[in-house]
Amino acid sequence: MNITWRLAWRNLWRHRRRTWLTVGAMVFCNTLLIFLISVQLGSYQMMIDNSLGAFSGHLQLQHRGFDEDQRIRQSVPAVSERALQVEALLAGEAVAARGIAYALASSEERSFGIQVTGVQPAREPGVSTLPGLLREGRYLSGADGEIVVGALLARNLRVGPGDEITMLGSGRDGSFAAAIATVVGIIESGIPELDRALAQVSLPWFQTVFNMGDHGHSVVVRLRNLDRVPAAVVALQPLLAGAPELVVLDWDQLQPGLRQAIRSDMASAWVMYGVLILLVAFSVLNTQLMSVLERTREFGVMLALGVSPGRLARLVGLETALLAALGLALGVAAGGLLGLYLQQAGFTFPGMEEMNARFNLPERIYPPVTLASLLWGPLTVFLGALLAAVYPALRLFGLQPVSAMRAS
Amino acid sequence: MHWPLMSLLTLAWRNLWRNYRRTLIMLLAIALGVWAMIVMSALMRGMTDQMVRNGLATLPGEAQIHHRDFRLDPSVVNHMPMPAGNLLAQLNSAPITAWAARLRVPAVLASEYASRGVTVLGIDPAQEAALGSLPETLLEGRMLGSPDDRGILLGASLARRLDTGLGKRIVLMSQDTENNVADRGVRVVGIYQARLQGDEERFAYVGRGALQELLGLEQEVTEIAVSAADYRAVDAWLPALRASAGPGLEVLGWTELHTFLGTMLAVQEGFVLVFMVVVFLVLSFGLINTLVMAVFERTRELGLMQALGMRPALILSQVLLESLLLLALGLLAGNGLALATLLPLRDGVDISAVAEGMEMMEMSATLYPLLAGRDMLLSTAVVLILGLLASLLPAWRASRLDPVRALARH
Repeated sequence: MNITWRLAWRNLWRHRRRTWLTVGAMVFCNTLLIFLISVQLGSYQMMIDNSLGAFSGHLQLQHRGFDEDQRIRQSVPAVSERALQVEALLAGEAVAARGIAYALASSEERSFGIQVTGVQPAREPGVSTLPGLLREGRYLSGADGEIVVGALLARNLRVGPGDEITMLGSGRDGSFAAAIATVVGIIESGIPELDRALAQVSLPWFQTVFNMGDHGHSVVVRLRNLDRVPAAVVALQPLLAGAPELVVLDWDQLQPGLRQAIRSDMASAWVMYGVLILLVAFSVLNTQLMSVLERTREFGVMLALGVSPGRLARLVGLETALLAALGLALGVAAGGLLGLYLQQAGFTFPGMEEMNARFNLPERIYPPVTLASLLWGPLTVFLGALLAAVYPALRLFGLQPVSAMRAS
Repeated sequence: MHWPLMSLLTLAWRNLWRNYRRTLIMLLAIALGVWAMIVMSALMRGMTDQMVRNGLATLPGEAQIHHRDFRLDPSVVNHMPMPAGNLLAQLNSAPITAWAARLRVPAVLASEYASRGVTVLGIDPAQEAALGSLPETLLEGRMLGSPDDRGILLGASLARRLDTGLGKRIVLMSQDTENNVADRGVRVVGIYQARLQGDEERFAYVGRGALQELLGLEQEVTEIAVSAADYRAVDAWLPALRASAGPGLEVLGWTELHTFLGTMLAVQEGFVLVFMVVVFLVLSFGLINTLVMAVFERTRELGLMQALGMRPALILSQVLLESLLLLALGLLAGNGLALATLLPLRDGVDISAVAEGMEMMEMSATLYPLLAGRDMLLSTAVVLILGLLASLLPAWRASRLDPVRALARH
C-alpha cells in the first residue's frame, strides 16, 4: 500500500466518532435515496405500462386529425389489411385494428351515450389488457351481435350477461345506424373512466352496423418494451408513403399527459433529493474543514520538510474519497437490502390506493431494484462529498510553514 | 454557586464563535434545511389547495344532496323535489353562502355529422353564478339567460368533435322519467372554454326549466350543490344540513363525493411532516458531529470547570444552550430565506411546461405557493425539539467527564 493511502486511512480514524457520524449521514441519505428512487422509477414504469397497456398501446396508425376530433369520417381504409401490413413490418409485435363510434345505448330501463369500439377478438388481447379483466361471462367470440361492457356501464344500464342493449347512432355516411347486441361479458379494470365507458363489439359487425365498409379508425401496436418505439415509428414510414392522410402516433402523442406527469413529478422529486444531498455535503465539508484546521501545525511541519502543498491537498482529497467511498459502499448495501425486501414485500402507505388508481397503478407497488435506482442517488452523494473537500484542500495552498507551525 | 442564566448565555454564545467557520457551516446547513422545509411545504400546500379548489369548482360545491339512489344509479328516475321547508331554511342560513339546484343527467348530443355521450346539466344560471360553477371563459355567443332558456352551452372541444358551431341546431336525447328516450332540437347559444379539456367534452349546459319540461318533470331536480366558502370547515355545517334533509336524501361532503381529493389533502398533510423529519434527520448527523467536536476540544476546560466546582447540570445546560442558540440562529436565517423566496412568488409560478401532466392531477398552469403559518411553526417545532433531543447525548457526555482525566489530557 502506497504511503499516501496509508496516511489517509489512518488520518480518517483519528476521530472515530466524527468519521462514523459523517459516514452515518451518508449511509442514511443513500438508503433513503435508493428507497425513494426505486419506488419512483418503479411506479413510472408501471404508470406507463398500465396506461398504455389498457387501451392506447405504444403506437397507432390513424387518419390525420382523428386523435383530436374523433370524427367517424376520419377513418383508415382497408383497416384489417393495414393491420397485416403493420404486423409484417414489425415482426413479432402485437397488432390489432379497431373502429370507434358513438351511440345511444339503451337497456330496458336505462339509456346512456357510449363509445363503441369494434375490435378483432383474436388480436385485441395482444394489444390490450382489458380482455383479460373479465369479471363475468366471456370475451367476444367474433360472432355478430355480441357486446362486452365495462362494469360501471353495466351497472348504470342495469344489465348483466344475456341482456340486450339497443344502440342508436349514425354511420360513416351520416346514415342512421341501429343494432341490438347481447351482453356476453363484463370487464372490470378498476379504472372508473374506462369501466364507465367501455363497450366492445367485433370489428366486422361494427363495420356493418356503422356502415364503415372495410374502414376502421386505428391500427394499434403494442411493443415488447418502450425502447422500441422510435425504431418502430421509422419502420412504419413506408406505409405512409402512398397515403398522405394517415399518420403514425407514438404513446407520447396518444397520451400527452403521461410524460409530463412523470416529468413534473421527477422535477419536484429532484429538488427534494438535491436538498438532502446538499445537507450531506455540508456535513462532509464541516468534517474535512475541521480535520484540516486542527492539523495546521502538522501540515506546517510537513511543508517545512519539503512536502509540496499539492501532495497535502491530494492527501485531504484521498481522505475525503475514502470517507465517501465508505458511505457509498455501506449505503448501497443498506439501501440494496431494503430494496430487495420491498421488491418482495411491496410498499404502500395510507391513501396510496386512491392516489394510485388515478394513475392506473395498483394499491401496493413492488419497486424493482435496478442498477439505476441503486446507484443514481449514492453516486450523486459521492460526488457531492468530493466537491465538499475542494475548499478545505485549497486552504492548504495558502499555508505558510513558519506561521503554521506556530499555530496553537 | 448558582450561575445566573445571563452568564451561562454569554458563555454559550462565546463558545459558539470560537470556531466560527464550523459554526457558520452548520448555520448554513440548518438554514438550508429549514428553508427547504418551509418552501417545499408551501409549494405542496399550494398545489393541493389548488387541486381541491379546482376539483370543487367542477364537482361543484363542498357538499351535495341527491336522491338516496342517485349516485349508484345516476338516472333522472332518481329525482328529488326542489328544497322546501326545513331544508330550504337551512340552505338559506349562514354559514352556507350559495347553493344551486340542478338536473344532472346523462344524454346524447347529435349533430348532423356526429354524436357524443355527455352529461347535461340543467341549471338556473343565477344560482350557478353565485356558486361559481359556471364555465370561466365564454369564447363565443352568450351564457344561458334564465332557467327557461331553450339554448345549449357547449364546450369548445365538444363543439369541434360534433362538427357544429354557434347558432347551429343539435339534437339532445335523454331518458325521461318513464324510461323513454326524449329528444328535442336545441340551438347552440354559446361556446365555452374550460380549464380542463376533459370538462369541455363532458359537460353541456341547458336551462333547468327547459330540461324539466323535456324529461316530464315538474319542479324536480337531481342534485343540489352547496357551498360555504371554506372547504376545510365543511364538518361544521354538514350535520345540520343532513338532519334537515331527511332520510330520503343523501347529503355528502366533498371528501366522500370526490375521494381522490380528500385523500390527496390528507396525504399531503402527512407528507409535509415526514419531509420535515427526514430533512432534520439528515441535518442531525452534522449537528451531533459539531457538538461532539466542540465538547472534545474543550475537554480540559470542562474538566477544569468541574474541578473548580461547576455542577454537571450546569455543564449540561451550557452545551444545550449552545445548541439552542445555533438552532435558533439557523431557524431565523432559514425562515427569513424562505420568506424572501416565497414573497416574490406570491403571484404564481409558471409551470405550463408540464401543464398536461398537471391536468391529470386537476391542476392549472400556474402554481401559487401557499405559505401557512402552521408549516413555519411545525418546522420550528421539529427543528427545536428534535435538535435538543439530538444534543442531549453530547451534552450528557460533557457533563459526565471525570475532572482528573479530563485535566490530564494533553
